[in-house]
Amino acid sequence: MTSTTSVPRLFLDFYLGSVRLWLRGPAPYWAWIAFLALLIASGLDAYVDQVRHGLVVTGMRDQVSWGFYIGNFTFLVGVAAAAVVLVIPAYVYDWKPIKEVAIIGELLAVSAIVMCLLFVLVDIGRPDRFWHLLPPFGELHFPSSVLAWDVLVLNLYFLVNFVVVTHFVYRGFTGRPYARRFVWPLVIFSIPLAVSIHTVTAFLYNGLAARPYWNSSILAPQFLASAFCSGPAILLVVLQVLRRFTAFEFRQEAIQKVAELMAYAMFFNLFFHGAELFKEFYSDTEHLLFTRYWLLGIGPHDVVVPYAWLAIACNIASFLLFVVPRFRRNIVTLNAGILLTYAGVYIEKGMGLLIPGMTPDTLGEIYEYHPTGIELRVAAGIFAIGFLLFTLMLKVAIPVTLGQFRSRTAET
Amino acid sequence: MRRVVFVALAASCGCDHGSRSFAVFEAATISAVSGATEEIEVPPPPFSEGIFPCSDCHADMEVNPERRALTEEHANIRFTHDSEHRWCLDCHHPTDRDFLRLASGEKVPFTESYRLCGQCHGDKYRDWRVGVHGRRKGRWNGHKTYLLCVHCHNPHQPAFRPLKPEPPPVRPAPGLQALEGVP
Amino acid sequence: MRPGMTRRTFLRGAAGAAATALSCGPFRLVEYPKDRFRERIERMEAEYRARLGRDITVGTEGAAPGIEFAYALDLSRCIGCRRCVHACVAENNQSRRPQVQWIRVARMEAERGLDLAHADYYYDPEKVPEPGHFYVPIACQQCRNPPCTKVCPVGATWREPDGIVVVDYEWCIGCRYCMAACPYGARHFNWTEPQIPAGEVNPDTHYLGNRPRPKGVVEKCTFCIQRVRKGRYPACVEVCPVGARKFGNLLDAGGEVRYILENKRVFVLKADLNTEPRFFYFYGI
Repeated sequence: MTSTTSVPRLFLDFYLGSVRLWLRGPAPYWAWIAFLALLIASGLDAYVDQVRHGLVVTGMRDQVSWGFYIGNFTFLVGVAAAAVVLVIPAYVYDWKPIKEVAIIGELLAVSAIVMCLLFVLVDIGRPDRFWHLLPPFGELHFPSSVLAWDVLVLNLYFLVNFVVVTHFVYRGFTGRPYARRFVWPLVIFSIPLAVSIHTVTAFLYNGLAARPYWNSSILAPQFLASAFCSGPAILLVVLQVLRRFTAFEFRQEAIQKVAELMAYAMFFNLFFHGAELFKEFYSDTEHLLFTRYWLLGIGPHDVVVPYAWLAIACNIASFLLFVVPRFRRNIVTLNAGILLTYAGVYIEKGMGLLIPGMTPDTLGEIYEYHPTGIELRVAAGIFAIGFLLFTLMLKVAIPVTLGQFRSRTAET
Repeated sequence: MRRVVFVALAASCGCDHGSRSFAVFEAATISAVSGATEEIEVPPPPFSEGIFPCSDCHADMEVNPERRALTEEHANIRFTHDSEHRWCLDCHHPTDRDFLRLASGEKVPFTESYRLCGQCHGDKYRDWRVGVHGRRKGRWNGHKTYLLCVHCHNPHQPAFRPLKPEPPPVRPAPGLQALEGVP
Repeated sequence: MRPGMTRRTFLRGAAGAAATALSCGPFRLVEYPKDRFRERIERMEAEYRARLGRDITVGTEGAAPGIEFAYALDLSRCIGCRRCVHACVAENNQSRRPQVQWIRVARMEAERGLDLAHADYYYDPEKVPEPGHFYVPIACQQCRNPPCTKVCPVGATWREPDGIVVVDYEWCIGCRYCMAACPYGARHFNWTEPQIPAGEVNPDTHYLGNRPRPKGVVEKCTFCIQRVRKGRYPACVEVCPVGARKFGNLLDAGGEVRYILENKRVFVLKADLNTEPRFFYFYGI
């Protein structure tokens, strides 16, 4: 029943087979890889510039000391947490249509966490001192610093997802079913873990009394809501791509259900934002300045205002599209909704969180931050690395799931 | 482990988050008290060049106690210190010009002019004695240098003259090119 | 069945490697044994000498017992001349290009009172003070309950026993979380390699204070730790032409600061944030 092949032999088999899979693909696949490679090269070139001169090459200054990199980090933690939108129906409710596609969510989570870690690495002033965070060589200021908590939960979440995915692929590669007793507890554990990574990231901002825009209790629930309505968007695109280019099959119900869940999450997202708006505008304290800067500008400072309204429009439009079943079923409106929700939440959670949080600064000064070309190129490069990783993992995982990629010595 | 315990305690106490000290920074043995004494040491009064001792001219001069504007000598002095009610001989001793006078008539040397100022400006004087009014240099826990009132406040025109400010900070700007604009 | 030998051997090897790494001793400079630390400081001084052409001394005086430093600033006197800003820059080896200034002087409108949302930091008139305005210099408040020290993920910033909040420039990773946490805009970042003209370097430095900093770390006012731990006033106190700045030991009953707390009416900035600053503002008049 069981293979007597040694483990190193199996790994060699697997990696050689994977490389073969990576090197084989239709023209659109190669175009995609070439596009990603271009972005990565551009990103590396920009990063070398940044390492040479320091973070002065970005738009960040003392007045707005966090910007595009940390905004992207925050958004991507949400995307990583959104795997839970698949895991709960698949493993808690044992709903077959989504169970078939759950692994893709876990792969996305792994890629997203890698991107998160890369964004942190490019943002810190001394990347050569990254090891200062890692006990026992460094000193992790736990439990006092919420960043220390974030380091722990993000790495734990990465590990759990990576182990689950590796197990699936390993068992599939060797032609055996996955070990339910091993996988199920890990997957169930990943649910509160997913909630915790985004809650802890929200607490990063939430705990700062110096920043009234962030110092609001609603931040953690709002982060989760916006994560659950934006993260699965990528999944829905990937599922459609897989159906088009591979033999991977899944029931259309899966897509419908995920889109429906995204609609409910978007409702909560909009409701939480609405609640914040009420509190700011009705209480009308000096803390309104931050919201006012984002939505209406302050005096001549209004460079972010168009983005604010664009995000709101995208969010509301995507909610309306996803909440109506007819629009979910139509492929055009479905994909329009996917695009709108991704764009809306990306703006609102990335720049819409960072910039108004720090403008005006703690002493009332307004510095209008905008990312420089180097920041944009480095960020694009990191996204490309994440998507490349995702692509390469899918290129192996899908054939394994379909039974097409098997170890030569495996029993069928 | 020790570190984790420390930070756990510090985080949980809720009030003073506690200080930290590393053994490599050896505790200093400096005094913790300010060390101000009753005897105040001040630099000499800021006389205009050649003006002191006043008795060089005034010893042989007749005293004219009539309140008037000076036109022959000391006409360069613009007097705005409560000029409506007072004039020179309210502060300068009429018969011994090397001294100032208090309201009681007591003579005080120029090196103790603060006693004269303190008559009307009592709260400033009390603050000045403990170093809360006026500029100080030196050691917070030892020897200090004060200044006389007149080192900063011209007794004839006491109002502090406005100063030219140092330049404002450079405004922040994004990217590497922001460095080019800085002198 | 996986070959058991492979797994056991791997785990043994990993454990051995970890033990070796751990036994290499403390990895953080300030946790070194005293003699090794002294050596490293001397090497640091030699590096400074080679790079800056001056004989820099890096002091390592610790906090003396019975001292809690505190500051008091007389808002009725400050005329906004910014001489404190520039004295601080010179004394503490702050970068001139790009410009780093630990003290920011806020110009307020007399009619609004102390309102940071309407403060102007870039005023540039012919003469100060300007009618209808008053000035509030702001730097690190050396909080007793600092929001910045608790957020540092690596413990590179902490409050010393004598109340000064310091940064270990060798340990800071430049994540800037402390800058987000500080309510007073008191922390500053070296966005690139700091530059100081050779002739303007102050050679009397302290490890935790004004020694020349590298790129990519956070810095801030340290109450001139290199001066006050030897008993001297901070540079800003000495240079202020109107004597608006007062400094001393809060625990000294005969000191200036205690006199001010008892006889004047002091207040602190953003008191509702419970940071318990050791920087008091008062109106001396």
